[in-house]
Amino acid sequence: MKLRIKESQNGLPALTVKTGGLGKTLRRDWFLYAILVPFVLWYILFAFKPMYGLQIAFKDYSVFQGIADSPWAGFSHFETFLQSDYFLRVLKNTLLISLYSLLFAFPAPILLALLLNDVKNAMFKKMVQTITYLPHFISVVVVCGIVTNLLAPGNGIVNLLLEQLGLEKIYFLAVPEYFRTIFVSMSIWQEMGFSAIIYIAALAGINTDLYEAAVVDGANKWKRMLNVTLPGILPTIMIMLILKIGSLLEVGYEAIILLYQPATYETADVINSYVYREGILNGRYDMATAVGLFNSVVGLLLIVISNRLSKKYTGNGLW
Amino acid sequence: MTESRGEKIFYRFNYVFLTLLMIIVLFPVLYVLSASFSSPDAVVSGRVILFPVEPTLDAYKAVFREPTIWLGYANTLFYTVAGTLVSMVLTICGAYSLSKRRLKGRKAINLMISFTLVFNAGIIPIYMNFRSLDMLDTRSAIIFGFAISTFNVIILRTFFQSVPEELEEAARIDGASEATILLRIMLPLSKAALATVTLFYAVGRWNGYFWAMVLLRSEDKVPLQVLLNRLVVQMKPSDSMMVTDSSYLIAETVIYATIVVAVLPMMLFYPFIQKYFVHGVMIGSIKG
Repeated sequence: MKLRIKESQNGLPALTVKTGGLGKTLRRDWFLYAILVPFVLWYILFAFKPMYGLQIAFKDYSVFQGIADSPWAGFSHFETFLQSDYFLRVLKNTLLISLYSLLFAFPAPILLALLLNDVKNAMFKKMVQTITYLPHFISVVVVCGIVTNLLAPGNGIVNLLLEQLGLEKIYFLAVPEYFRTIFVSMSIWQEMGFSAIIYIAALAGINTDLYEAAVVDGANKWKRMLNVTLPGILPTIMIMLILKIGSLLEVGYEAIILLYQPATYETADVINSYVYREGILNGRYDMATAVGLFNSVVGLLLIVISNRLSKKYTGNGLW
Repeated sequence: MTESRGEKIFYRFNYVFLTLLMIIVLFPVLYVLSASFSSPDAVVSGRVILFPVEPTLDAYKAVFREPTIWLGYANTLFYTVAGTLVSMVLTICGAYSLSKRRLKGRKAINLMISFTLVFNAGIIPIYMNFRSLDMLDTRSAIIFGFAISTFNVIILRTFFQSVPEELEEAARIDGASEATILLRIMLPLSKAALATVTLFYAVGRWNGYFWAMVLLRSEDKVPLQVLLNRLVVQMKPSDSMMVTDSSYLIAETVIYATIVVAVLPMMLFYPFIQKYFVHGVMIGSIKG
């Protein structure tokens, strides 16, 4: 199994004979190049051109002077950020929320796929799949809205139930200690089913002969799972893990911005929510760009390192 | 294969566990649905748990009376239809060309788009780019600015590559042009992948929130999700919804009705496409 991020080398060979110069290629494939133009233009305009704006991380940006003419400021924004109280707070929150997601949200779809794989009733299996996919199609705003309302301090259902049990009502979303638990549970609820698809596909690809051979060898269910099933989906798990590690610092900041409030900043504020507040709301573009760049570069390093480690130890990688 | 006692216990546990899981996933959805059809009083006093209590349509009447909801709906519909169309055209253009191994320069372009998967400029430079393009507070920023998802390009490119090249060769011998081959052969053959990618784009468009909130200023351009944030998460029903004296009570159920109204189109739509996208995700992301 191989995730097709990178071009595979084992595809069909092209049938066309090798041709000569660029002129001939252009004449032959003009249509392909013509439709490629808007596509490439899009990437230049909306994916690469913004990277030019990254330079203001090293400048004292002034709206009047623009990106090019604002004076250089060296690494001063990075220094300010690294020395501020915010740095440790947002870094700690980002890493902790990522770590919890890695520990709980990452294995959840694998577990679901493994359990589904052992369901023999096709109808029941289909039903579980359909229902667990469903939350993926609900927008993050609505999911956060549901969470906010169910956990509301006055008449959210959770607190009404607590009250009926004779317990004290809790304003869950205002208590810093609960934020990470709420956030990670919410992500599991929303994405577990949909993320399981890829593992279900990988499980379907395991050669059934292997199971039969294992049975002949006297392997019980648990042994078969350890020696056949898990090795069978390990490449997929590794790829997904690398991707996950690469986006470790991206933690669903959209949902965090929707759910957090000043009372929970202490545990909820992550790098990107801080970037959003500093940059978009407070207009400190240069500072926020520096923080965002720090985020992107660390993310890039994480993905390169985890890819290298994975290749070394399991032989699977993204590239 | 005979089952041991342990296996039997496992299978039984498995069914119980998965059933519980379905209940946990469904409960919030069912609660919202029931609350939206119940009387505000029943919701606030905690009598609604799973089924509607004192059923009424008042909440929905209040939602549909609200002009901003209609406007938000219309805007979202526009962003979804126009945006998905633009996304699909651009994605097909790129994915089709890049699926041709003979194309010179394709390695470089593949490398370029793959790079965007692991590194992006970040929130502020992207925002400033829209400003420098003079696209702040424009509908085209939403429609064009976020048109391509590299992941979807890869899904489609992989699918196009799996179509046997002989078909194309045969069509070419019959005198078909490249455009004819793409429109008359490749696209009809790729229905499953096209349905998947269309669904992914449409869901993204319908649910899109963050950039609409950041980029749009004028009230008349705002999509439903931005309104929902105000109405549902921050719980600030607009004034026209609060006219009645028992206003706050009404607002409670109105919030749930608003959620239902916002989610319904996707919920009705997705079971029909489910078989395509499960297939599509597999062909797109895994290659044996």
